[in-house]
Amino acid sequence: MTAWSFIGRAVAIGALVLCGAGMHAQSAGMCDVPGYLLFGDSLLQRVTAAVAKDKTLNIVVLGGASSTLPGPDGAQFAYPARLEAALKRRLPDLQVNVTTEMKPRQQAVKMAEKIDKLVLDHKPSLMIWQTGSYDAMRGTDPGEFLAAISSGVEKFQAGGADVILMNMQYSPRTESIVAVGAYADGLRWVAREREVPLFDRLAIMRHWYDAGQFNLYAPTKDLAMAKGVHDCVGRTLASLIIDAARLETLERAAQQ
Amino acid sequence: MAPVVQTERDLRLDLFRGIALWLIFLDHIPNNIVSWLTIRNYGFSDATEIFIFISGYTAAFVYGSAMLQRGFFVAGARILKRAWQIYVAHIFLFVIYIAEIAYVMSSFENPLYAEEMNALDFLKNPDVTIIQALLLKFKPANMDVLPLYIVLLLLFPVVLWLLIRNALIALVASVALYALTWEFGWNIPSYPSGHWYFNPFAWQLLFVFGAWCALGGATQLAAALRSPITMWIAIAYLVFAFGVTLTWHFPRLSYLVPRWLGEWMYPIDKVNLDVLRFAHFLALAALTIRFIPRNWPPLQSRWLWPAVICGQHSLEIFCIGVFLAFAAHFVMVEFQGGVHMQVLLSLAGIFLMFGIALVISWYKRSESRGSGKPKRPHDSDLAGGEA
Repeated sequence: MTAWSFIGRAVAIGALVLCGAGMHAQSAGMCDVPGYLLFGDSLLQRVTAAVAKDKTLNIVVLGGASSTLPGPDGAQFAYPARLEAALKRRLPDLQVNVTTEMKPRQQAVKMAEKIDKLVLDHKPSLMIWQTGSYDAMRGTDPGEFLAAISSGVEKFQAGGADVILMNMQYSPRTESIVAVGAYADGLRWVAREREVPLFDRLAIMRHWYDAGQFNLYAPTKDLAMAKGVHDCVGRTLASLIIDAARLETLERAAQQ
Repeated sequence: MAPVVQTERDLRLDLFRGIALWLIFLDHIPNNIVSWLTIRNYGFSDATEIFIFISGYTAAFVYGSAMLQRGFFVAGARILKRAWQIYVAHIFLFVIYIAEIAYVMSSFENPLYAEEMNALDFLKNPDVTIIQALLLKFKPANMDVLPLYIVLLLLFPVVLWLLIRNALIALVASVALYALTWEFGWNIPSYPSGHWYFNPFAWQLLFVFGAWCALGGATQLAAALRSPITMWIAIAYLVFAFGVTLTWHFPRLSYLVPRWLGEWMYPIDKVNLDVLRFAHFLALAALTIRFIPRNWPPLQSRWLWPAVICGQHSLEIFCIGVFLAFAAHFVMVEFQGGVHMQVLLSLAGIFLMFGIALVISWYKRSESRGSGKPKRPHDSDLAGGEA
């Protein structure tokens, strides 16, 4: 649904006008996202508890091909690694550990089958589950997709982990080829129903595209832009985690 | 009871079908600010419901009189001919679609989108893809409506026969099929996986309901529609739906939808024509009929004429709308996609749809005048005659 971008656009236009007036965006502002796109009301209480108990933040990212970058050193520039770096920088007192579990070309139903084992192997306090792109491409039944996500979230929670759901990338070139709407809505509904945060990558990347931060349409083989996008996704994801797990006090303490 | 087939075309149908075609066009352009005007953002149902209902209504209107006058086989053959035309139109659109994406994607090598590249896999094995497309199992994004329409028309000869024999039984059978579909999850499989995005077994309800209304059902409902109670229920429901949709656009407001209500209500299923969507359409229709009478003067005015004339040539205009939406997206991504461009392309698209409807209208009129043959039944051509 394009519904989310209205205010985003207004903000974007405002931002462009400001830029035009001579205020050049600084690199720190590259990843800026309006708060309503990033922060919700769902809390990560298991994360809060785990951090309070033993000062560790154990995160597993379960995702498809868009959770990494191609090439031998692609993984170190992809958002899971960037998230780890951002969290370590902002929360130096914590033991932060991000593991990735890549399942390229897998529909959500298939991904969900691995959940029990993942939870057992890694004992994460937070799972980031990125999914939806492949289902949209294959045209999975939206109802089945929704059921798979919902039961998957339940399994994670039963295993003692909080969950953040992440939807697909915004891809202007494939917009009229792959209809992602039903799957983005499905993830939104599950997030609402299960009261877990949703990292709305689709809307966030569209915001960056509209605001001119990244030209996502550019036909480039260069990794530079892809690295920039993943770095921003990692940073904003860190902001979401700190907000939803109420870790601001820890962050402030570290700064002083 | 002999069914009453009204003889004069109801311009309201053309008007709202024309508007629905415009809205479908606007919604099909991705990332289009003008699509904020379309009704899907303000309630549960969208232009598809309007389009399918009116299509059912006009199909019964046009072929119903043919079936009464010329019998089951002649009318049935005409309906199947129409289904065939729509099939050909769908395949034609499919070819245009393939051409567009093959072009757009030819320079697409951005490493960021390694996963999205898989969406092109179907170009690699045309042997399978094209056959699946011909079987209506492979349907690209935004090309789901015509296949639904084809299936509905294929079954329509029998449905129409039953409607004429006993309208109530036909309506009850349609509701029963809808209920059983929900109960047992019936649908037609798609390629490469999943099912039809518009489940024909569920969406037939709107089509048959439209047909039923055309064959006298509307007269039976007239008393209920005049009642102020109906009006207030409809208004209350539309306000409720508006409130709920508002919480989708502003997630911060979602606390306003109580948990129990959300659990009961979500997800609102488009694939199987959720009851909430159907009810939303009924509420819209009830208010429309109440406040816009059949002889409403503006229906004849030149301001509404563009929509009316688009609605009268719905198949052509629908196909052109799908094509123009591709084209608009193409221009937006290849050249420039700013807000100005979105508004400009949306307006240009609607103007083109109007212009083409004018040409088609002129052509059909001059054809029927010049051929010297006796006039075709006036309701099937003069008034657009599209089912």
